Amino acid sequence: MKLLYFARLREDLGCAEETIALPPGVETVEGLRAHLMARGSIWQQALAAGGALGVAVNLDMARPDTPVKQDDEVAFFPPVTGG
Amino acid sequence: MPVRVQSEDFDAGAEIARLRRGDPKVGAVAAFIGVARDINDGTAVATLSLEHYPGMTEKALDGIVAEARTRWRLIDALVIHRIGVLAPTDQIVLVAVTSEHRGDAFSACEFIMDFLKTRAPFWKRETTPEGARWVEARTADDQAAARWKATDVG
Repeated sequence: MKLLYFARLREDLGCAEETIALPPGVETVEGLRAHLMARGSIWQQALAAGGALGVAVNLDMARPDTPVKQDDEVAFFPPVTGG
Repeated sequence: MPVRVQSEDFDAGAEIARLRRGDPKVGAVAAFIGVARDINDGTAVATLSLEHYPGMTEKALDGIVAEARTRWRLIDALVIHRIGVLAPTDQIVLVAVTSEHRGDAFSACEFIMDFLKTRAPFWKRETTPEGARWVEARTADDQAAARWKATDVG
């Protein structure tokens, strides 16, 4: 699956984009977030934002229980500030 | 194309004229232009840098315009949002809506803007005398979008 990070999240993580294999047992956005947070303290802090963390699956806004699959594109980002 | 994301500036007058296309059914045009200011949260702002999520941005804006069309009687709608580096007084965003009567145009224009602010994946970074900082999301923007859920727009 393809993972994207935007704005402050990209800077904090030092990563704009990566491709990973769907980790065993990960079936939802929440599961994927927990898997990434286990990478270390930077990831834990960046993705711990709770309600303030935006997630999109295949270009649509997602929720914690949104399913994720191997060929999905999942993006993580801070609250949007356009306009 | 009802939704455009571009780095170039836009000519609101020309865009609105193109949107109307001399259509005699158009009785109302409502337009909003968002402009970059030189101050934010009490700090001077030298430049504004806008990034977005290509693909999702267009899809999100298309969805917002489609939702507005289900709520009001619209003839046409246009959203232009700029990305890249902007300076104070630069135009950031244009939302223009045409309808037969003003009520539909006013409401739809405000609705599209309120949802653009809270749903479209854009992020602003500003440079100030103290350095660069990401612009924080505002609770007031969430409240502005939320009130449309509570309103019966008939």
